[in-house]
Amino acid sequence: MSKHVNNERRRQAIYGWLLLSPAAVMLTVFAFYPSAATFWSSLFSRHTRRKPSEFVGTENYADLFADPTFWLVVQNNLFYAAVTIPVSIGIALAMALWANSKIPLRGFVRTAYFTPTVLPMIAAANLWLFFYTPGLGVLDQIGAFFGLPSVNWLGQPETALWAIIIVTIWKEAGFFMIFYLAALQTIPEDLKEAADIEGTSRWTYTRRIVIPLLMPTTLFIMVNAMINSVKLIDHLFILTKGGPSDASKLILYYIWEMAFAFFDAPHAAAMTILILAVLCIVAAIQFLYLDRRTHYQ
Amino acid sequence: MTGEAFVELKDVAKRWNGQLGVENISLEIEQGSFVALLGPSGCGKSTSLRLLAGLELPDEGSIWIDGRDVTTSAASDRNLSMVFQSYALFPHLSVAENVVFGLKVRRVPRAERNEKLGNALKITGLEGLEDRKPSELSGGQRQRVALARAIVAGQKLCLMDEPLSNLDAKLRASVRKDIKKLQRDLGITVVYVTHDQTEAMSMADKVVLMKDGRIQQIGSPDDLYNRPANTFVAEFVGAPPMALLDFHVLDGLQECQTLGLRAEKITIVPFGTGRLSCTVSEAEFLGSETLIGLEHDGVVGLTVLQPGLAMLAEGERIDITFNDEDLHMFNEVGERIDRH
Repeated sequence: MSKHVNNERRRQAIYGWLLLSPAAVMLTVFAFYPSAATFWSSLFSRHTRRKPSEFVGTENYADLFADPTFWLVVQNNLFYAAVTIPVSIGIALAMALWANSKIPLRGFVRTAYFTPTVLPMIAAANLWLFFYTPGLGVLDQIGAFFGLPSVNWLGQPETALWAIIIVTIWKEAGFFMIFYLAALQTIPEDLKEAADIEGTSRWTYTRRIVIPLLMPTTLFIMVNAMINSVKLIDHLFILTKGGPSDASKLILYYIWEMAFAFFDAPHAAAMTILILAVLCIVAAIQFLYLDRRTHYQ
Repeated sequence: MTGEAFVELKDVAKRWNGQLGVENISLEIEQGSFVALLGPSGCGKSTSLRLLAGLELPDEGSIWIDGRDVTTSAASDRNLSMVFQSYALFPHLSVAENVVFGLKVRRVPRAERNEKLGNALKITGLEGLEDRKPSELSGGQRQRVALARAIVAGQKLCLMDEPLSNLDAKLRASVRKDIKKLQRDLGITVVYVTHDQTEAMSMADKVVLMKDGRIQQIGSPDDLYNRPANTFVAEFVGAPPMALLDFHVLDGLQECQTLGLRAEKITIVPFGTGRLSCTVSEAEFLGSETLIGLEHDGVVGLTVLQPGLAMLAEGERIDITFNDEDLHMFNEVGERIDRH
């Protein structure tokens, strides 16, 4: 009897492992192994013709911490994240609430909001290049109409990062709106009616009922927005290339530069590992802390 | 203006894209009474309730509550509470938060809020469950939270939209009693929508039977059962429903179109001595009695009740008899003809 039960249990375990193995193999080959290999190569010095690569321990990391550009880039990226994450989530929520209400041309509004998401980032960046270009650009044309001087939005350190931030928000908000729209449609109509009978204002209903019920979606979007704030750098290549004087340089762009413009793979690897570590910690905090305060239906 | 009617609907109509919603709804409800809106699905009973609640606005007619014309008022200005079919509990809020939600919105001070909360929870027997989320409650408990939320504000009028339809049969019977007791103890006026005639008949002081957006009959349960206004009411109310006979089937009766007869007024008599000879079409054992379905030309829904287990074979022929005074008479459009 017990032997039979043990056999059955073992069979279940094997079955489970078999189901998990395809994903496990893929992740190992394309995620875990590369991460480990990156970590390993970050511990070696750069290979040159005169000097072969050798084990240097944490020297690459020490170099980075001593590099003022690295700290500037980190600072840029933190600022970029601190603005793009809350603003794009806020705009997405506002757009979703509006596009979910009973308005004329609702389908059109939804499509219009979603369009930036469909555009490839490179195309979007080219579009915005047309807005930002001094003299010829749409922004300057409008400014000139009101008698304002021409501004080189992308060409001066004070405005370059902001210009990049605005493109990112424009691109992300519509995408996040779709998630909010889907979540809003799962909130039953009669909750609104029950609140109406109690005399709940629209604002109170949104704040006390809708936003709490959207928390699982917000959590998901926040993690995505955070990853995007590190990942989404395509537009830098078109708009500023990180300049002027590194004012709009983000960390992933710096890694790319390090690896493929300066051919300094070990430092790029070290930086990658640092990002990975930070992202893991932040994601863990978000899930562990916010999960407890989130209601799942 | 209307004297004693607490709630009054006057010629209310609501249509959707020209299609019929409800038409010609006129209804007076006395304070402290229990009124059931009864009817098959799609008959407009829920629409009538939503019009009363202010969740829909009528196309025609006027609605008065407590002497005020509230035809176009917002739901919150009508001083009423509502229990929804799905309960409409806020899933992320605890039982206590759900119950006091409306009080909070209306800025009732905390001390008063807590007192009312304690009271409402006591009445509905939810003490000890204050901190549970709706998902951690059983169906019956959720239903009681919805009730507690409706009574906590102390409104004089409470609307209920099929509040028991998500409960199992046994629970339904007990909650039915609880709601009725609650209504009496608090002295509130309840308008109760249901498709279940047992609920309507057992709880209501006044039943409003609807069909296709129109009121068929307004009356006490006794009126509806014993003096149905038309053949629809006759066939809808009662289990088993009233049998309808073409008047040609019987001889020696005054001119009318249709005759109605309740199952319990029929007796089976020895073959050859009855007024009608029929064929048994089915027999259903109900425990305390057996329901026997009978067939005869020109007769619909003829059944007879026999005490205890009294199964009859299908196709068997039996004779039945009944008294003339137990016959209900309806004219050619199906309306009741009163006997003098």
